[in-house]
Amino acid sequence: MMNAIAEIDETLLREVTRFIFREARLQDDHAYDAWEALWADDGIYWVPANGEGGDPEREMSLIYDNRSRIALRIKQFQTGKRHTQMPRSRLRRIVSNVEILARDADSVRVTANAVVYESNARGETVWPSRNEYLLRRVDGELRMALKKVVLVNNEQPLYTLSFLI
Amino acid sequence: MSVMHGPSKWASLIREEHVHGSLYVDPAIFEAELEKIWYRTWVYVGHASEVPQPNDFVMKSIGPQAVIMTRDSAGRIHLLLNRCSHRGNQLCLTRKGNARSFTCPYHGWSFANDGQLRAVPYPSGYEGVDKGGLGLGRVPRIDSYKGFVFGSFAAQGPSLEQHLGAAREAIDRLVANSPEGEIEITAGFLKHRVKSNWKFLFENETDGYHPQFVHASIFSVADSRIGGLYGAKSTAVTRYLGDGHSENDLRPEFRRMGNRLAWFGTFAEKFPDYVSRMQGAYGADKADQIMIDGTPHIMVFPNLFIAEIQIFVLQAVAVDDTVQHVTALQFKGAPELNRRMRQQTMGSVGSAGFLLADDAEMYERTQRGVQSRDPEWLFLGRGKHRERVDEQGFLVGDVTDEVASRGFWKHYRSLMDAE
Repeated sequence: MMNAIAEIDETLLREVTRFIFREARLQDDHAYDAWEALWADDGIYWVPANGEGGDPEREMSLIYDNRSRIALRIKQFQTGKRHTQMPRSRLRRIVSNVEILARDADSVRVTANAVVYESNARGETVWPSRNEYLLRRVDGELRMALKKVVLVNNEQPLYTLSFLI
Repeated sequence: MSVMHGPSKWASLIREEHVHGSLYVDPAIFEAELEKIWYRTWVYVGHASEVPQPNDFVMKSIGPQAVIMTRDSAGRIHLLLNRCSHRGNQLCLTRKGNARSFTCPYHGWSFANDGQLRAVPYPSGYEGVDKGGLGLGRVPRIDSYKGFVFGSFAAQGPSLEQHLGAAREAIDRLVANSPEGEIEITAGFLKHRVKSNWKFLFENETDGYHPQFVHASIFSVADSRIGGLYGAKSTAVTRYLGDGHSENDLRPEFRRMGNRLAWFGTFAEKFPDYVSRMQGAYGADKADQIMIDGTPHIMVFPNLFIAEIQIFVLQAVAVDDTVQHVTALQFKGAPELNRRMRQQTMGSVGSAGFLLADDAEMYERTQRGVQSRDPEWLFLGRGKHRERVDEQGFLVGDVTDEVASRGFWKHYRSLMDAE
């Protein structure tokens, strides 16, 4: 019995990790449409400022997008006039320490660490973070209901963050 | 031997319609600005609502100088420097909080939140020493207007009232949008850093020429009316208010539309509680006029930008390093409006903002571009031929004209020329 549960956990962890690695690659490659398709209809994309961010309904966050604002963010990239991404940042990120924190019948809460290396006209910037996901199974596929990116340095003044973190 | 006084250094760098590129990139000029501007004139520091209770404190800055804004137990606000008077250790490393005193962790010296030295460990070692002279450093002059707290490192000089001049009326216009006549700063700050000189930011804030180009991407995909306000056919004006301050006055456009809360991209009918509280506070006619006119878009010299729904506080850190501290304005007594203010602010400004990320891109590219050797000058002559004086005696131009930049540089020169 224990072995069976451990095996289910391992299978889920593999699936979740594959999903997160794919999301990372789509972001690094600026594959905007494919990335947007990873979101659930009620997805929230949250990058707090000033630590864990408190209540995002009361306090400023760097990003606090509901699903329609995520779509607007993508549309803005696609105009070809989003100057800060023209030319696009060159990006590579390492995602690691993927752990499942909780799960129920149709959703799983996951944490991971990430380091993004960005190169653009200003220079090189490193963006380290702890990421938290709420992934939900929709029609058999995992989708993001929440992605929260807690930047390690979010208490400090931050340069422009205009790629998908 | 007679000494001929030639034109000043600043006159050779600042002309009527041109400024020299070195003004943005020369570290020696930045050092001179710290002494002549940032450590002399009135600089915006924080808002009284950020320290609402006795003994509250919040970390602020004046240029590169860290400032602790405190409210003492009697309710008075102080601007203290973050340096133990003993051996220079930083005293406070917490962003905000509530404390009657600050104790230096190095040798245990303790200071009251009004800056007085309160206690030193093992006091027998200081026999005969006057503790009264060992308080914390402070910004010598502090004053406020409608809750906006300013400090000046100059012990003497023009009063805050003189410094603000015509900008006071714009602040009055701002706070009138609250049914209680007060704004609050309660939503926390985003700190957006740019590798650029502070003056590029300052000049951009009331430059009505750039929005159609820099912000073309978001105007084309979002339901935004901002673009049209800054078009060639706009009836809005750019006004130089004197003393370095300037505004884009969009009221002519909002009055032409004639709809309450159109300035905020919405309708009065969506905010019935707010409308009735405004009408209760000001009477129906005046309330409707306030809700049609909206909030100002004004750059208060040298660092407070009131941008309709948010404030930016510019912090000059180095010749090519500037931080924009930005947060949503909150109107006292208008919770439903405030929620929308926060959401729109988060979408548009800060490091990831739909608008400001593109402004920041221009700031940084301009900083790099202006280091090219030729041409040496920037041209700020747009609309010079159609500048005019309005009924109140202010210089105005079409909203896309560079009236504000020319006024800024005239004021800048007067400060830099001063002894």
